[in-house]
Amino acid sequence: MPKMNMIQALNSAMDIMLGRDPTVVVMGEDVGYFGGVFRTTDGLQRKYGEHRVLDSPISEQGIVATAIGMGVNGLRPVAEIQFADYIYPGYDQIVSELARLRYRSAGEFYAPVTIRTPCGGGIRGGQTHSQSPEAIFAHVCGVKVVMPSNPYDAKGLLIASIEDDDPVVFFEPKRVYNGPFDGDPNKPAVPWSAHPKGEVPDGYYTVPIGKAEIVRPGTQLTIVSYGTMVYVAEAAARALNLDAEIIDLRSIVPLDVDTVCTSVKKTGRCVIVHEATRFGGFGGEIAATVQEECFWNLEAPIQRVAGWDTPYPHAFEWEYFPGQARVGAALKAVMEAG
Amino acid sequence: MAPRPRSRLHVPHPPARPGDATDFSYLKIDRAGAAPKPDVKAPSAAIAHLANGLVRVLDDEHRAVGAWHPRLEPDVLQVGLRHMLLTRLFDDRMQRTQRQGRISFYMRSLGEEAVSVAQAMALQPGDMLFPSYRNQGIYMVRGRPLVDLMCQLLSNTRDMCKGRQLPVMYHWKEGNIFSISGNLATQFPQAVGWAMAAAIKGEDHLACTWIGEGSSAEGDFHSGMIFAEVYQAPVILNIVNNQYAISTFQGFAGGEKVTFAARGVGYGVPGIRVDGNDFLAVYAVTQWAAERARKGAGPTLIEHLTYRASAHSTSDDPSRYRPKDEAERWPLGDPVERLKQHLIALGEWSEERHAALVKELEDQVTASWKEAVKYGTLNEGPRLDPDLMFQDVFKEMPEHLKKQRAALRAELNEARAAGAAGPRS
Repeated sequence: MPKMNMIQALNSAMDIMLGRDPTVVVMGEDVGYFGGVFRTTDGLQRKYGEHRVLDSPISEQGIVATAIGMGVNGLRPVAEIQFADYIYPGYDQIVSELARLRYRSAGEFYAPVTIRTPCGGGIRGGQTHSQSPEAIFAHVCGVKVVMPSNPYDAKGLLIASIEDDDPVVFFEPKRVYNGPFDGDPNKPAVPWSAHPKGEVPDGYYTVPIGKAEIVRPGTQLTIVSYGTMVYVAEAAARALNLDAEIIDLRSIVPLDVDTVCTSVKKTGRCVIVHEATRFGGFGGEIAATVQEECFWNLEAPIQRVAGWDTPYPHAFEWEYFPGQARVGAALKAVMEAG
Repeated sequence: MAPRPRSRLHVPHPPARPGDATDFSYLKIDRAGAAPKPDVKAPSAAIAHLANGLVRVLDDEHRAVGAWHPRLEPDVLQVGLRHMLLTRLFDDRMQRTQRQGRISFYMRSLGEEAVSVAQAMALQPGDMLFPSYRNQGIYMVRGRPLVDLMCQLLSNTRDMCKGRQLPVMYHWKEGNIFSISGNLATQFPQAVGWAMAAAIKGEDHLACTWIGEGSSAEGDFHSGMIFAEVYQAPVILNIVNNQYAISTFQGFAGGEKVTFAARGVGYGVPGIRVDGNDFLAVYAVTQWAAERARKGAGPTLIEHLTYRASAHSTSDDPSRYRPKDEAERWPLGDPVERLKQHLIALGEWSEERHAALVKELEDQVTASWKEAVKYGTLNEGPRLDPDLMFQDVFKEMPEHLKKQRAALRAELNEARAAGAAGPRS
């Protein structure tokens, strides 16, 4: 099985789809000749030409809007927003247009647009290159929202997103582009080649949107997470010697409620871990759902671990990041309660 | 001692408010036939003068003059007159039904009919139109049955939007007319994307989109212009300068010192300012821009100088912010009357034929309305199934929406069982 990091896996997904489907186009700032600031689209313009892999003006509003127009005209655009922190100029076009088009036209018009965007911190990006804004897209009716945590899922989910006739906002946790990360920045980096999820088939396959994965089965408690935090949660549970069932949501919308609630009903304890800010964060939605569905099975109050409700500060990156200590404290609290 | 110069905030003021004498002296209006007509492949910088001039074909004696005269057959002009009149009579009738409480909201295009009708006629059926909310004339040209439009206005059982959109937010995929958002200006860069796709696919079709001068202040205008210019997209970008954005006069959109067409020049896109109430001029300019786009010479920005003779919508009262007689004093007249008089001057029309046409179209509107209300109104008759609320959010309904649909059904069933009145009462 070939080994790929997440960047190579994403590149492979786009390469396969550009090759299979002549309506697929890739667009965004620096994605063409240069191959993307993270190299995710490296080589694609050379292979498919500058009409299929387009460099765009620096205008997220224009990128999203023209992708919608292309989608309406029979193309399947894969638009890159260089950093999730830069997506806001395109927000109106996503919320008021892309997400609503099928609904407002009673199904006559739709735009099968995939918006790829790197998110998350831990790369010394400061407040403008570190955000995790998935919750503000989850709150919008009509867009699917996904965030893979590893190369295998990244490729399969990106192919599924491109093929999906609904719009998808595809978040790429950039801290784990090159390898899993357990939250300790002082440890040597671990490459994906040393991890089973770095084994990625060369060819076409999909990972279904809307389906979570149980990364590690366990009995004592359920940890619900996604993106970079899956590995931090795993490490924190291991350090405390807990038999945790760890769920990687992979899709935020639609949410795989069954997998989460089946697990919580079994373990009776639930900790939710995400990197995004806590207040109004997606953890609140998960906690509310678990409470509604599993209240009588719960042995302890649900805990949320998240980034602080501040902008992502450059100099205090690791005090901000919800690392193993913060996750571990929540795991202890949920185990000691009740 | 001389006062020290200091910065000052300039707040634009319209030339006249209610009670003031109407004043259109701020408009620069050239005589008909004065504007030169360049080759369709002329570089934008070489034709920048068109952005500051005014393309007019119909003169004060109702003759067609000058290089832009499109030399259309009389029967084409008669069709144009018919579509403009139908638009106006449809608007009048829908306005009245709103006042009677049969529909919730309406927006007329009174005085601006030439823009939509002449442009749609100058384009090909396969060209994709991305309208704003005051472009109903394009539906007349492309032949959508009036009943369908009325059912949308009524949100009834045959509503093309399944009850999800405010009145006038039509769409028509088969007729190549894009869905109207209700959010302003968003369609402007989307049309550019559509046109880019046409070029990527090697197709011959172009896109045509409209925004008001007011919403040209949105960032979407800039995004659309940049992408259109960079990729030389086959698109016609229209700013309908009807002088008002609800109550806000065009000076607040940046029109005090420069024309809206002149913005094109800064982007490297030809800007053409046209008399929007002159059917022939609008037709000719659109034909020119379409030919330019189809020959691979890229986009054109057209500013239509016109006047919103009606209120912004049925929720608006223009007597509170502008002189009452502005519409009748508008120096470029009424587009319907001008085309009518031109046809009469050509010997191809008469008052009798005009009256007969008005009667025919009024009867068409009346018959359509009678049919449309059979399918229900907001307040009476059959009603759409509330289940429709949950469809089309996604292509396939996800679990959480299925649950919510079941919850609403239960809610409604319980209310029915308890004998509660429906949501209308």
